Order: sequence, then C-alpha cells, then structure tokens
Amino acid sequence: MSDLHGKSGTGAPVLIADALGVDFGPFRAVDGVSFEVRPGESLGLVGESGSGKSTILRAIAGLAPISSGAVRFEGKPLGKRREKAFYRHVQMVFQDPYGSLHPRQTVDQILSEPLAIHRIADGERRIRQALDEVGLGSGFRFRYPHQLSGGQRQRVAIARALITEPELLLLDEPTSALDASVQAEILNLLEEIRQHRRLSSILVSHDLAVITHLCERLIVMQSGREVETLTSRQLVAGEVTKPYTRELMAASEGFRRKEPVPA
Amino acid sequence: MTNMKSDTAPLLEVRDLRVSYPTRDGRTEVVRGVNFTLGRERLGIVGESGSGKSQTGRAIIGLTPPTGRITAERLAYKGTDLLTASPRQRRQIRGGGIGMVLQDPRFSLNPLMTIGQQIVEALRSHVRVSGSDARRRALEMLERVRINDPERVFGLYPHEVSGGMGQRAMIAMMLIAGPDLLIADEPTSALDVVVQIEVLAILDQLVAERGMGLIFISHDLRLVSSFCDRVLVMYAGRVVEEIEASRLSEAKHPYTRGLLDCVPRLHNDRHPLPTLQRQAEWAV
Amino acid sequence: MMPEAYNPPAPGWREWLLTERPASRRQARLGRAYASWTRFASNRLALVGLAILVLLLLVAVFAGLIAPDSPVVGGDLRTARLLPPSAAHVFGTDDQGRDIFSRIVFGSRLTLMIVFLVAIIAAPVGLLMGTVAGYAGGWVDATLMRITDIFLSFPKLVLALAFVAALGPGIENAVLAIAITSWPPYARIARAETLAIRNSDFIAAVQLMGASPVRIVLRHVVPLCLSSLIIRVTLDMAGIILTAAGLGFLGLGAQPPSPEWGAMIADGRRFVLDQWWVAAAPGAAIFIVSLAFNLLGDGLRDALDTRG
Ligand SMILES: Nc1ncnc2c1ncn2[C@@H]1O[C@H](COP(=O)(O)OP(=O)(O)OP(=O)(O)O)[C@@H](O)[C@H]1O
Ligand SMILES: Nc1ncnc2c1ncn2[C@@H]1O[C@H](COP(=O)(O)OP(=O)(O)OP(=O)(O)O)[C@@H](O)[C@H]1O
Ligand SMILES: [Mg+2]
Ligand SMILES: [Mg+2]
Repeated sequence: MSDLHGKSGTGAPVLIADALGVDFGPFRAVDGVSFEVRPGESLGLVGESGSGKSTILRAIAGLAPISSGAVRFEGKPLGKRREKAFYRHVQMVFQDPYGSLHPRQTVDQILSEPLAIHRIADGERRIRQALDEVGLGSGFRFRYPHQLSGGQRQRVAIARALITEPELLLLDEPTSALDASVQAEILNLLEEIRQHRRLSSILVSHDLAVITHLCERLIVMQSGREVETLTSRQLVAGEVTKPYTRELMAASEGFRRKEPVPA
Repeated sequence: MTNMKSDTAPLLEVRDLRVSYPTRDGRTEVVRGVNFTLGRERLGIVGESGSGKSQTGRAIIGLTPPTGRITAERLAYKGTDLLTASPRQRRQIRGGGIGMVLQDPRFSLNPLMTIGQQIVEALRSHVRVSGSDARRRALEMLERVRINDPERVFGLYPHEVSGGMGQRAMIAMMLIAGPDLLIADEPTSALDVVVQIEVLAILDQLVAERGMGLIFISHDLRLVSSFCDRVLVMYAGRVVEEIEASRLSEAKHPYTRGLLDCVPRLHNDRHPLPTLQRQAEWAV
Repeated sequence: MMPEAYNPPAPGWREWLLTERPASRRQARLGRAYASWTRFASNRLALVGLAILVLLLLVAVFAGLIAPDSPVVGGDLRTARLLPPSAAHVFGTDDQGRDIFSRIVFGSRLTLMIVFLVAIIAAPVGLLMGTVAGYAGGWVDATLMRITDIFLSFPKLVLALAFVAALGPGIENAVLAIAITSWPPYARIARAETLAIRNSDFIAAVQLMGASPVRIVLRHVVPLCLSSLIIRVTLDMAGIILTAAGLGFLGLGAQPPSPEWGAMIADGRRFVLDQWWVAAAPGAAIFIVSLAFNLLGDGLRDALDTRG
C-alpha cells in the first residue's frame, strides 16, 4: 500500500459532505452521499458509469447545484455563490486533456490566468516552479496545446491546478485518456506532489488498481448512492461486503467469455 | 447481398499502409507500413499515444483529413479496393459495411443535437424508417448498450450525459447501422469495469453470431489480452509485434514488455511505478 | 510519442518562427501568425484578393496624387461632357464634364470608409450580443435572440431604406442603416459558437478559478468566436458595398456631387445606351472590390479555421 498511509488523516477534516444530494430537474444524480477528507488524505471514488462521481466533484467545485445536504470546506458551509478565495483552495483536473485546455492559449497564458484572477504577485516565479514541478521544462512554456501530447497536456492541467497552491485537488479520471506508460508517469507525479505538499485529494477512477495505488480510502458508488466505504487495504484483501463491489472486482480482472468460442 | 467476391476474400486486407501529413520539413509519416489481414475475428491494436492506432483506423474507413495522404499496396474490404472505390461505393461501405466508434465521444458528438436525435440520424441515413420506428429502434439500442433509462438519455445533450454514457451513445450509433466490420477506437475507456465487460460482451456476441469483424483499439492491455484473438503492438507508426492475445504476457519486444510493466496492479503495489525508457532503435 | 522533429543547427528566421519550442510570448504569437499566413498564402486567389484590397487602400490614401483632376469640379460643360475614354480621360467623362477616373479614385475613400465603419459597428455588436446570449442562456438568451430575430425578419434593404428615410439621406446615415441591419447574422454565428464551447472543460476550468462571467466571455469565449466572425464579415463586405451602392443608386446614400460608386452608376443610368462608360467604370470597380473581399474571405477561412 501507499507509504503515505498512516501519515495522513490527522487533524480536522478539510472537506465534509453531509448527505449531499444533486438534482438535475426531476433526476436525482447524487442521492445523500456523506464522506470526509482529512488533511493530506486521498479519497477514491469508484463505481458505475453515470453514478454521479463527476457530479460530486462538480458540486464541490460549484459547477453543479447542491440540492440537498451540505458540503463544508474547512468548516465553512458551501453555498451557491462562492467567494473568490474558495477557488484558490479547491482546484480540479479533468478527465480529458484534449478538452480542458483553451485551444488558442499558450501554456504561459493558461497558467497566468489564475494568477491574474487572484492578483497573485510573483507570477513569473510561480509559473516556472509549477512547470518544473510537473516535469515540463521552460521549453514548453510558450507552446500551444496542439503542440503537446496527451500526457503533456495533462501535466499542464495539473500545473494549472497547483499554481494557486490549493488545499484540495479534485481529480476526475486524470489518467483514463492516457496510455499505460503516460499513466504511470502521471500517477508518480501526483504521488510526488502529494508527499511534497500534503495535499488532500479526491480521485475518481474506473481502475481499482489506480485507486488503491493513490488512495487510502475509497467509496463505491452505484446509481447516485454510496454502496460501501472501505480502505484500500480491505479491498486488496478482498474484505468486501457488498455484491456490487465484488462484481467490480471480478470485472477488473478482465474479460471472461461465457463459454469458450470454438476456434 | 452475398457475391462471389465477398465469400472468398478476407473481410479486410491491409498491406503496406502508410499515412503521411505535410509538415514544414516535407511529409511526416505517422503510419509507416502496416500489414494485416482480418477475418471474422477480434483484432486488438495497442500502443502508446501517438503511435498511429487511430490514424490506421481512420485510414481504413476513409476519415483521414484532406491534408493527409494515404498510400497502400493493398487496402481492400471484401475484395473491393478502398483507395480506388468511387465516392458512391465508399459511402455505401461506410454506411452498412464498415463502422467506426471514434475515440473522443465529446468531440465526435454534435453538441447542439440530443443523443437520441443523433442515433436516429445515424439510422435514417441508410435505412428508410418512419420517425416513430426510428425512435423505437434508437431506444432499443440505448438499452442494449446498458443505459439504464434510455427515455431520459434519448433527450439529453452531450454535455448532460456522463463520460461513459456518451461513449455508449457513440457505440449505439454505430451498431444501429449493423456493420460487418467495426473499428472501435478506445470504445470503453470511460466506462466502469462492469459496464465495460457488458459492452464487450455485446461486441463479442456480434462477432460470434453475425460474423462481424472487429478491430479493437485500446491502451488497456489487460482488457485486450483477455478479449481479443490477436494483438498488434504499434510503436511510432509501425507494428513492432504481433502476438496471440492470450500470450501477451509472454511478449518479446522490450517495448511491449515495458508497457505491460508500468500498469498498476491490485496485488502488487509499487511506489513509484516503473516507467518506460524509450529506445531510439524501436522507432526505426 | 513520436521522435522530436530534428532541429537544424543554424536557425534562420523561418525556423525561429516555426519552432516547436518558442522562448517568449512574442515568438509564440508571431510563429502562430506566420503559420496562419503560410496557410493563407498557399491560396493563390486569396493573395489576389488581398493584393487588390491593398491596392485599393493605397489608391485611397494617395488619391490626391493619383487622380489627374478634381472629382467634383467638372470641365467645360460644352466641350468636356460625356467624352469617351481617351488618353486624357482614361475612363471618359460624365455629364458634368468630370473625369470618371478621378471620381473613381476618390470614390475608393468612400467605399473604404463605409466598409470600415460598418465593420467596426456591426461586428462588435453582433459578437457581444451573440456571446452574451450564448453564455448566459435562460431569459437573457431568449430576450437577446428575439431582438435579433426581429431585426433579421425585415428585408435588409427595406429596413435600411426606412432608417435613411427617417434620419435623412446622407452617407453617415446610410452607414448606420447598413450597420444596424447587418449585425444579426453575426450575433447568430457568435451564439452558435458560444453554445458549442460553453460546456467544454476549459471553460469549466476558468470558472473554477473564480473568473467572473465578463472575464470568461471576453477573454476565453470571444477569441474562439473571432475567426469565424472575421471570415463572415469579410465575405459580407461584398454585400455591404453593394447595399451602400444600392442606397446611393436610389439617391438615399451619398449625395451629389460626392463620388460614391453606387451614386455614379445611378447618374450614368440615363446614358447607359449611348455613353456606356459612365456607368460601366464604377460598376466594374464595385465588382472588382466585391470579388476581392470574397476571395480574401475564402483564404481567411483556410487560414483561420483550423485549430492551432
Ligand atoms: N447538466 C446535466 N443535466 C442533466 N443531467 C446531468 C447533467 N450532468 C450530469 N447529469 C446526469 O447525472 C448523472 C451522473 O453523471 P456523472 O457525470 O456524475 O456520472 P459519473 O459517475 O461521472 O459517470 P462516468 O463514470 O461515466 O463519467 C448521469 O445520469 C447524467 O446524465
Ligand atoms: N491532422 C493531422 N496532421 C498532422 N499530424 C497528425 C494529424 N492527425 C494525427 N497526426 C499525428 O499522427 C500521429 C498518430 O496519431 P494517432 O491519433 O493515430 O495516435 P494514437 O495511436 O491513436 O494515439 P492515442 O492513444 O493518443 O489516441 C500523432 O503523432 C499525431 O500527432
Ligand atoms: Mg465522470
Ligand atoms: Mg487514438
């Protein structure tokens, strides 16, 4: 298991979701989900496609409405309107590295934007530091997204999220659009940053191995509801109680044909 | 429907396929001499980002952008040469013969049309059916790809569905045309593992029962090795290794081995994960 | 990842512009502009269009030097009226004894002014209406788009006529009338583009930085709508020139004796059977300039439409 286990999880929770519910019209996308994220901890969200994992992240970030329940960030409840400071402390990395960077802006412009919005002074130093931290030299600073590979774009997205020095990072399938070798690089990067900064995060992924690699605890979701919450250790040891979790574990072994097809 | 040619010729023949794009130093080949023959089977193509997997698929179905140039010694679908086919022939082949699930559902779906409208459009562009019939069949298709409430999803716009739903909508759009050859470019990368296996079971059934040919492009090595019959490993535009899928773990090429090694595993947690050290000689 | 393209050791300015690793903001921007220019320049006809318009601009600037005679004061009405083209008067003279070539040269100023004014009034209005409507959605969208629909549902020339009739004839009012009738299509285009991009992740990412809606629209949405708008405006220029000429022809645009090309055709109409050159010269000028704008628009489409 991650060597971070044990070190994290002390102190008051950074984020508490209490019976969080999100409605889109008559449709209930998230139905009373509760969890907390402690400082430095990484919480995993797995589950059915369409079960509301991204919606939970978007609701925390203020991109989706909180219809019922409450979300508290550092003790303060989050309403519909967030103050500007909130956005300094919570950042998100999206699944699709091709869609999350403005196609007409250079890496430099992309990274300058949050600094301009929050009127952060030492922009020059921060941009250089952020690029270094994600393993992109200054040679990438003035490139446009179309001059970058998928993995490089995801690094830029991570750099953008880190530049305001947030406390909570929301990661929505940050590696599922990347191939195995780039995924390994990005996972290593995320782990390094976590160790380095004592950053809390919520990670959504379909890959149980990715979740257990980065997270101490995980929530299994289905149809907008929490199925069960367990530690990565329990999952790896197969100490699961709910049939859906078992099904997930079986499915992640790979495809199994019902009866072998004759050659 | 059947003619002499299609009974004897393989479903797809690809010999020395090359795709190039103009750059300021002349043309760059992004696919550099790919060979394979496809029967009614599941062929996997794996390889890292930018290795030319999608470009190979796009060249076969004729979706290479106009600046790209395709050359091949042979590129034939059921004996019909795709490079010399008339636009009409090609349209016919694209409608009912070859279908392709494009890699990025977010970019491939029209943001201003609902999911349902787009599936209906796909159906009606090559079969004549009444509006209500088309709607019914589209709903059935959505149900087949395991979408829970097809009625709701039918009326949603692409940004209102989850990543996995968009991907399944794309698959439904392709399957509703009933192709004989399906090129699926990362069709399940945004699906949860349970649904992923279910969707693969549908494709599997089509191969087994209807004799559809399937080219399955993916970077999920575990999935490809358990689902496909044969795997092509691509690197820098070339096929560096072809191997029986079930024996992927015994792959010889250092690139394939490196790729297999950097996948995180549930029962063998390594920190940090090994990464791939690329060697210049792999690209030659 | 594909192997990096090889970098020649001694980079010339072209390499400097097109490098994959620009070292400054300026270099990145110039490189991008240069790449667009190469795409544009690979279209021969677009270059022809551009050349014609540059020529027009030069003619307008140096009209005083180029034109041999005054555009408004005619020669002797007994001897210099309606002369056919000759060495002294390349395009002949009109019924007031004025040199048609000089009038056309000075007329280019009017044409350019009309085009320029319409573009700087109509394009920003359309852009703002469209992006705001598209980004805000809801009742803002509904209200703005109904207003747009109202303007769209009037025939352009009739609406322009009504405006000029209300405000009085004259070139400024003609420009205003044309501008007022030409923004709605721009609003439509900008709104459609905005709708397509407002739910994308990169917009969500700036929302997540706490950017205000005004900032998002101006800095992130508008630049993406700009290229299709520029293309459309350029292609519309031909129509604007023709509408201006039409108003001039009907006597509602530029007033005599100003050398507006449409008004010149209207004057020449009376003699079109015997003294064809009076109407033909301004007609040809309008045709060539409209064509040039169309060619330029097509070229811009190739140069600006691609991502990157
Ligand atoms: N803007 C919206 N309008 C209407 N419904 C929406 C909207 N956004 C999300 N939904 C619905 O909410 C549900 C949950 O979506 P969400 O994107 O959170 O799923 P997910 O768990 O992230 O799935 P995936 O793993 O496929 O990405 C889906 O049924 C989706 O259709
Ligand atoms: N229109 C284009 N013009 C120039 N080069 C292109 C174009 N489209 C693709 N390429 C290049 O072709 C190469 C192969 O791309 P392709 O999309 O086939 O990769 P892939 O193997 O599918 O990768 P991924 O796993 O990221 O989808 C890349 O290096 C890409 O940059
Ligand atoms: Mg999601
Ligand atoms: Mg691809």
